[in-house]
Amino acid sequence: MIQFLLKGIIRDKNRSVLPVIVISIGVFLTVLFSAWFKGIFSDMINVNANFSTGHVKIMTRAYADNAGQMPNDLALMEAGQLINSLNTEFPTLEWVERIHFGGLLDVPGENGETRAQGMATGQGIDFFTPGSQEPERMNIPGSIVQGGLPDQPGEALISNDFAERFNVKIGDPITLFGSTMYGGMAFSNFTVAGTVRFGMRALDRGAILIDITDAQAVLDMSDAAGEVLGFFKDGQYDAEQALQVKTAFNAKYAADTDEFAPQMLRLNDQQGLDEYLAMADYISGGMTFLFILAMSIVLWNTGLLGGLRRYNEFGVRLAMGEAKNHIYRTLIIESLLIGAIGSVVGTILGLSAAYYLQEYGISFGSAVQGGGMMMPEVFRADITPESFYIGFIPGLLSMTLGNALSGIGIYKRRTAVLFKELSV
Amino acid sequence: MESIIQIDQLTKRFPAGTGQFTALKNISLEFRKGEFTGFVGPSGSGKTTLLNIIGSLDTPTEGEVTVLGHSIAQLSHKQSAQLRNRHLGFIFQTYNLFPVYTVYENVEFALLLQHMPAAERRKAVLDALEWVGLTDKIDSKPAQLSGGEGQRVAIARAMVKQPAIMLADEPTANLDSKNSHHILQTMKQLNEELNTTFLFATHDEKVMAYLTRIISLEDGRVVKDDVIMMDNVMED
Repeated sequence: MIQFLLKGIIRDKNRSVLPVIVISIGVFLTVLFSAWFKGIFSDMINVNANFSTGHVKIMTRAYADNAGQMPNDLALMEAGQLINSLNTEFPTLEWVERIHFGGLLDVPGENGETRAQGMATGQGIDFFTPGSQEPERMNIPGSIVQGGLPDQPGEALISNDFAERFNVKIGDPITLFGSTMYGGMAFSNFTVAGTVRFGMRALDRGAILIDITDAQAVLDMSDAAGEVLGFFKDGQYDAEQALQVKTAFNAKYAADTDEFAPQMLRLNDQQGLDEYLAMADYISGGMTFLFILAMSIVLWNTGLLGGLRRYNEFGVRLAMGEAKNHIYRTLIIESLLIGAIGSVVGTILGLSAAYYLQEYGISFGSAVQGGGMMMPEVFRADITPESFYIGFIPGLLSMTLGNALSGIGIYKRRTAVLFKELSV
Repeated sequence: MESIIQIDQLTKRFPAGTGQFTALKNISLEFRKGEFTGFVGPSGSGKTTLLNIIGSLDTPTEGEVTVLGHSIAQLSHKQSAQLRNRHLGFIFQTYNLFPVYTVYENVEFALLLQHMPAAERRKAVLDALEWVGLTDKIDSKPAQLSGGEGQRVAIARAMVKQPAIMLADEPTANLDSKNSHHILQTMKQLNEELNTTFLFATHDEKVMAYLTRIISLEDGRVVKDDVIMMDNVMED
């Protein structure tokens, strides 16, 4: 019977072409936008995790309360010992120290006098430890515009925008002015090893990246770190596992009332990411629901028109001894077949477009910058296993729902009345 | 002689505006296996309504109609569908073939509903098409057929399941004289060789010439019931 119905669908263009087009468009949009939203939120989470929040982050309670001010006077002490114990206790995560700081970058002229100055945000990360994942994690090698990574103490990376604005070349000296952990004045000379552009306005305006040991030396933070970040070694953020780690870690310090006691936060807990993650789910679910609703209404009408056009056929089938529920069932099977065809076509088209967006993305430039969130300027799609089946939900549901609604008319009429209406 | 249809005091009313229209009034009839009978009468006399009730497409308002031992009024929707599926064949004035399917597939559909195995189905379909002389048209679509060929396909579709009763509502109304006779000869041959009971609703005199029993209806009543020739029925 299915073969018989399939022949009808293929041969009767009125029955299949418009629904297949409608479903294909809906599925195409569902797959494309689903992959795109996933890509945007996934990039956003990764960028924030890699640059700022980690999968989990440890700070002192006081630092956490004022994290926006990068208060290194409230930093974690004995960071090395803390990391050793974390490595033992939570070996599924890689633990790294980070120091964020603000300061002034001074560009000296030929005679050593100030030629230019600019505000900069700085980060101390682990460049030099063999096997350190930090440069790759922050995509620094891929973001270098000129020069290369620092390979010895006293070298720094600065943002390319800053370098262009103040005509700083590779190998030029720059002076960092800042504040030590104890409130004293800090200044140190660095040699520019390279320039970087991350594609994020917050980082590209003015930034300096130095090795964590240089940062500790300049800021008088021996064996201290503003933050200790934990990253799952497989690179994938797991909210549940992160919660377990966080709960276990914080439980150890629950009785400690010291404001310098360490406190762990998950990625979700920081910078409103939890709301963003929830929003991503709502958007994805809402979008699928809207497509189902819109397509169902269109396909309901299509089904009604098709039903009217096929009244004659239904009447003959009733006369031939086919039960009404069987006719109804075949309508649903037909709609599933048409839905499946439309879903396959729409998914192929959607995946193709999503692949393009995954490779090239769309640049929204400075329009997306601002606030505490780090946002990539180029929004890319992310094709996941879900992308291969998400379109089938509206594709199959809308056609089935549309035909089920229109097919109710067959049930509502008594056989004889339907038969008379058909004038068979 | 086996009685296969009994109609006892059948009345059928339809809602009409605020009142009711009585289409059939106190009809009592009996039909035996192998009859070649026609209901004749002017439009609105109740021919089609009577055929629909016998075909379990409609139910009596009053009275009793029994077809092959099944009381039409007592049948559930599913049971009446099964009765039509297994034992009744319909032939319509406008053929009502499925336009997107081939001749073969149109005839095959009746057997698909019976879940007949593919090999048996194929044999039955080819036999039916051979009966009506259309084996050379099995891959044609209805639009490619003449009116007479279309009605022969409709007959093949109705007879392929070898029903006990064939109900034909004005089967020659859309055919010219030559095709009408061809169709009627085919049906007569079926009646004689397979002993299929035929009930017609018609006012075509060409059809009447073939009938062995003519029941005249007027305003929903039987006004005449003439047995023209009983040889075929008697043989049974």
